Amino acid sequence: MLGWYSRLSFSRKEELAGYLFILPWLIGFVVFQAGAMVTALAMSFLKADFLSPPTFVGTRNFERLIDDDTFFKALGNTAIYALGRMPFVIVIGLSIALLLNRDRWGVRGMRTLYFLPSVTSGVAVALLWIWMFNPDYGLINSFLALFGIRGPGWIWTEEWALPGLIVVSLWGVGSSMLIYLAGLRGVPVELYEAASLDGAGPARKFFRITLPMISPTLFYTLITGIIFSYQVFLNAYILTNGGPNNATLTMVLYVYRKAFQEFQMGYASAVAWVLFMIILLFTLLVFRSSSAWVYYEGGLRRTGPGT
Amino acid sequence: MSAAVVVGSQAEERARARAKLLRRAPLEVLWAVAAFGGAVLFVVPFAWMLSTSLKEEAQAFVFPPIWIPDPVKWSTYLDVFTIQPTGLFLRNTVIVAGLAVLGDVLSSSLVAFGFARLRFRGRDKLFILLLATLMLPQHVTLIPHYILFRLLGWVNTWLPLIVPYWFSTPLAVFLLRQFFLTISYEVDDAARIDGAGFLDLFWRIALPLAKPAIGVVAMMAIVTRWNEFTEPLIYLSTKDQFTISVGLRAFQTEQNFLHVPVLMASSTVAVLPLIVLFFAGQRFFVQGISLSGMR
Repeated sequence: MLGWYSRLSFSRKEELAGYLFILPWLIGFVVFQAGAMVTALAMSFLKADFLSPPTFVGTRNFERLIDDDTFFKALGNTAIYALGRMPFVIVIGLSIALLLNRDRWGVRGMRTLYFLPSVTSGVAVALLWIWMFNPDYGLINSFLALFGIRGPGWIWTEEWALPGLIVVSLWGVGSSMLIYLAGLRGVPVELYEAASLDGAGPARKFFRITLPMISPTLFYTLITGIIFSYQVFLNAYILTNGGPNNATLTMVLYVYRKAFQEFQMGYASAVAWVLFMIILLFTLLVFRSSSAWVYYEGGLRRTGPGT
Repeated sequence: MSAAVVVGSQAEERARARAKLLRRAPLEVLWAVAAFGGAVLFVVPFAWMLSTSLKEEAQAFVFPPIWIPDPVKWSTYLDVFTIQPTGLFLRNTVIVAGLAVLGDVLSSSLVAFGFARLRFRGRDKLFILLLATLMLPQHVTLIPHYILFRLLGWVNTWLPLIVPYWFSTPLAVFLLRQFFLTISYEVDDAARIDGAGFLDLFWRIALPLAKPAIGVVAMMAIVTRWNEFTEPLIYLSTKDQFTISVGLRAFQTEQNFLHVPVLMASSTVAVLPLIVLFFAGQRFFVQGISLSGMR
């Protein structure tokens, strides 16, 4: 039955096997990714709910977007969130990484503690943060009160809700810390030794050696961080449900509302495509900048046998 | 005489070392305070969650906050399982996450093996395409996926939360491929001479050697599947199907925040398996994130 197979040359067999091995991904890619993307694009030109058959409306969904103040509110909120949290992620993450970049008793355990919150990022933790933010009995304002500071109303006020969501996300800074630690490990020790001989102090070493050497890592985490921040949904949904007065309405939350609460699938697809375009822009930034390839370098250069 | 000089210089050196140590001592103390203080700051919310969960309701709402509940009210943890079918939610989550992770690890290692160990036309271009999808936001494909699974009649079943992961995930493929690349080709050649096929090379040689990498991928996948919220939110509508994340959300809307202790107890129950898993396999997580630079 497999006679035709045994008649193939070895390299033909290998080629066939190769395609068979990656078949799960190929199917998944065509159906769940490429196909879904095209469908999403097509849907953004339709008016579609589940009640009546979909109708073609041309660019009307996109025209509607331009007049939709709520959409722009979501666009702005998401940008503030995504761009606003990254300086904190980098400064805090890098500070902790520098602090823990030494071999000493207890350092390993401390890394674990810093990293733990980024593993637990579900609804449970979002509920915990609602309680943390309680203006009168929550831990944060109780702590501020120790210093005589009257804390704000956090997620219950328009001006503090979005900063509140950023605070929650910063609790997960441990994963960035780990990436920076890996970057710091990659800086050759000889550079520091040579600088010491030249009489350079710690500050000089940091700005002249450490920072330039890990800048590809910083850039990479900056861009991927922005990309992932643009997809914020869970915390905005659980902590504030977009409120108060849409102060924390994010793009994905808006897509969710339009699609699954108001059943405007076409319009929601249009919003989703705008989000996709923004993310694509940042992704191109990653791929264009050669320094960002730092993580893939080893993989792409070594392409297996025979090459 | 020369010996005396040596002894003298040794004593001098020791004195210098001690002076250096003394000079550094304040810095070391500062380091310890900063590093340890920061670590405490990161763990305090968990302690606060646990402390609140063991309080009587009245004691949760006092200022300044009490850290050690008096009396310690353990029975709230029983309420967690009786007010809501939390046990069922946990069981559902284990099944759904378990099946999704199993499929993810199996399919991703097949795909990674293909990309790493076999030569075929267009391989490198296809791999770059795969890397590009690392950045593809889950939420852009949310609506088409929903429509597809609706057409298949899979809404309000677990299938949409499991089946897509049986077609590999980019991050897992990337990590496993990196690992497969490091395996020596001499082993392969020897096995081929013994008549091993490609599936043997994968199943008997590559996969057993890749156990640490599979550990990394599985751990990271378990955590993301356990925490997954968007998918169960849009696909599951009857309570007996709920996973823990949507179960907690339902609890939140039903209980509101007057009953903080029971909410915090539920949250503790939901997070505890993750914390245990994390401490059991933390080296896998650290490796995974350091290697991929993702998350």
